[in-house]
Amino acid sequence: MNTIALVGNPNSGKSTLFNVLTGSNQHVGNWPGVTVEKKEGSLKYNGITYNIVDLPGTYSLGTYSEDEKVARDFIVNERPDVVINVVDATNLERNLYLTTQLLEMGVSVVIALNMMDEAAERNIIIKADEIGKALGIPIIPTIAAKKKGIKELLDKTITQINLKQNKIAFGYGSNLDIEITALSNAIQSTEVDIPSRWAAIKLLENDNDISALFSDDKGIKLLVEDIKERHPDVELDIVDKRYEHIYKISKLNVLNPDVEKITVTDRIDKVLTNGFLGIPIFGLIMFIVFQMTFLIGSKFLGGYAENLVEWLGIALEKGLVAINSPSWLISFFIEGFIGGVGAVVVFVPLITVLYFFIAILEDTGYMSRAAYVMDGIMRAVGLHGKTFISMIIGFGCNVPGVMATRTLENKKDRMIAILINPFMSCGARLPIYLVFIAAFFPNNGGLALFLIYSLGIAVALLMGKIFSKTLFKGDSAHFIMELPPYRIPSAKNVLKDTWEKVWDFLKKAGTIIFAVVSLLWVLSVLPLGVEPYSKASLLGKIGAFIAPLFAPAGFGTWQASVSLFAGLAAKEAVVAVLGMVYTGTNEGAELITAIRGAFTPLSAVSFLVMTLLYTPCAAVIATVKNETKSYKWAAFMAIYPFVLAWFLAVLVYQVGSFLGF
Amino acid sequence: MVLSAVKRNNKCRIKSVVGGGNARKRIYELGLNTGAEVKMVKNDFGPIIISISGHKLAIGRGLAQHIYVEE
Repeated sequence: MNTIALVGNPNSGKSTLFNVLTGSNQHVGNWPGVTVEKKEGSLKYNGITYNIVDLPGTYSLGTYSEDEKVARDFIVNERPDVVINVVDATNLERNLYLTTQLLEMGVSVVIALNMMDEAAERNIIIKADEIGKALGIPIIPTIAAKKKGIKELLDKTITQINLKQNKIAFGYGSNLDIEITALSNAIQSTEVDIPSRWAAIKLLENDNDISALFSDDKGIKLLVEDIKERHPDVELDIVDKRYEHIYKISKLNVLNPDVEKITVTDRIDKVLTNGFLGIPIFGLIMFIVFQMTFLIGSKFLGGYAENLVEWLGIALEKGLVAINSPSWLISFFIEGFIGGVGAVVVFVPLITVLYFFIAILEDTGYMSRAAYVMDGIMRAVGLHGKTFISMIIGFGCNVPGVMATRTLENKKDRMIAILINPFMSCGARLPIYLVFIAAFFPNNGGLALFLIYSLGIAVALLMGKIFSKTLFKGDSAHFIMELPPYRIPSAKNVLKDTWEKVWDFLKKAGTIIFAVVSLLWVLSVLPLGVEPYSKASLLGKIGAFIAPLFAPAGFGTWQASVSLFAGLAAKEAVVAVLGMVYTGTNEGAELITAIRGAFTPLSAVSFLVMTLLYTPCAAVIATVKNETKSYKWAAFMAIYPFVLAWFLAVLVYQVGSFLGF
Repeated sequence: MVLSAVKRNNKCRIKSVVGGGNARKRIYELGLNTGAEVKMVKNDFGPIIISISGHKLAIGRGLAQHIYVEE
């Protein structure tokens, strides 16, 4: 099967094109929002199936940051049959910079000159064919968001597979060209199998990865050093020459009226990035998001899911009784499955609403503004402003949150960003808060949620400060970030993002949560003959064994302990287990009523602090291991939040008790 | 003069970037190379915002002090 890779700048409409091409045939369910890892899908066109790969958006194909490396390594190692280079027509020169590097790499390239509608709005006139001729590659005008030009693009792309392109080679000035050719020839005579001219250029650009390939080759190293001596600023000269080449082409073929029009984006930005208003507005937006989540998700939609689960439980029990099922089977389905998995599923409407709002924020372009206004605060605590984007993504799920740190170019910034991400409360923890809020603070739900999330942010910033003063000293990388134009979120993108996340949540409920619940159900009925979900059961004994640890925090019950323990597998399991152990012992009792009996308002608060901050779930720890390539940091990620959460929960409970709450 | 000293709504041309470590190349790659014309959009406190061919870029104040321009 032929592989077509999509490469392009961030915000060039690359992911939109990917969605248009693959429709629902995206087999790797990836983390929506920001493409940090490559996404794959398939396309059937004229009876032939193609593999489509969407690479992370990048400005260049160097090794500046981890996401850039993902894109570049794919092209170098996997050698896609053809690359569609998505180019933003409103920002042609900077986008073509990436194109020049694709040309250097020697892959087959087709340009999708995207966002032609926006270019037309700005009165930009582009002679696309001429540019294509000048570069020696096909160029097709498209409007991915409106599915325009897609057929032409595909027809052209497919003819380029197995076709040797007549790319027009461009020079780096006669002085440098001689050096590059000499180095390229030297590389060709080595054992290293790599496009030699590209490798020569990369060596002169101080590319770490390519340099490493020749670390044992004294001859090559000497040659590179020689050239650098003659051309001290060769790295930047190369960049300049690429741009020179682009300007030469664009000057002839692009008419960009120099209108100083104040755009809608400018007007919105005047308010949203305002030095005084920016941060309060961000706070207000988040507050409204949580209020709306609570209002729509819980008050309007929550009832339906609850009724559905209840109805399912009753129907299932009736059915099981009718076919004379043994009582253990009924217990498993009703107390285990409905009590556990059902307790999680009830919150689907709420989580859907939260994900929906986050998707809207991502799609409008507001995220980069949030990072911009927060840069001051982030810098004050020793973090990079961009860290904030990974933090907001963590509100959905910490796995993509941790992965989003790949856009941070500095190791120090990235490590801190990874280590504080789990304090950003993910969607899976939401059900826990909701149960306790319903039990104790039903009238201030939105506010309580806002405070919980704010506490998470505060702890993340505090730990960031501590880490930057201790484990990871040194300066943060400089702040450079594009502020893309605001766009009205497309209903399709937002719904798709939301659905992907909700589906992921449901899948987890059906697999991990079901497995945890089944295991715990077994533990709850053993040893045989014991009363299920009693303290005498194996489950009760395990809980009772851990419970003393949590006594100083006010929730030293075996039930709370077991639920926290189960939360290590997945955070949804906390509520699932509470649902099992409380409704299991006292049949028919509602979980919320049971919680009201088992906790005091104060111990509820300390329990919330614990669940907000303690050890992230297994999936996050595995991701931390992958991203840091270190078991040590994964272990650290498991231990330090637990210790921190325990101390804070104890502090809350002890101080609260002392004050008489 | 340095980029961070350019007043709002004023235009300038990039002359050179001195220091700035890794960010130096990135600045060039984003199109802020010798001769590029940029317009200051916001310059009060925090990162500055400039516009280059109609697209906005936020640049940390510290980094903007490494970028030399002429008005």
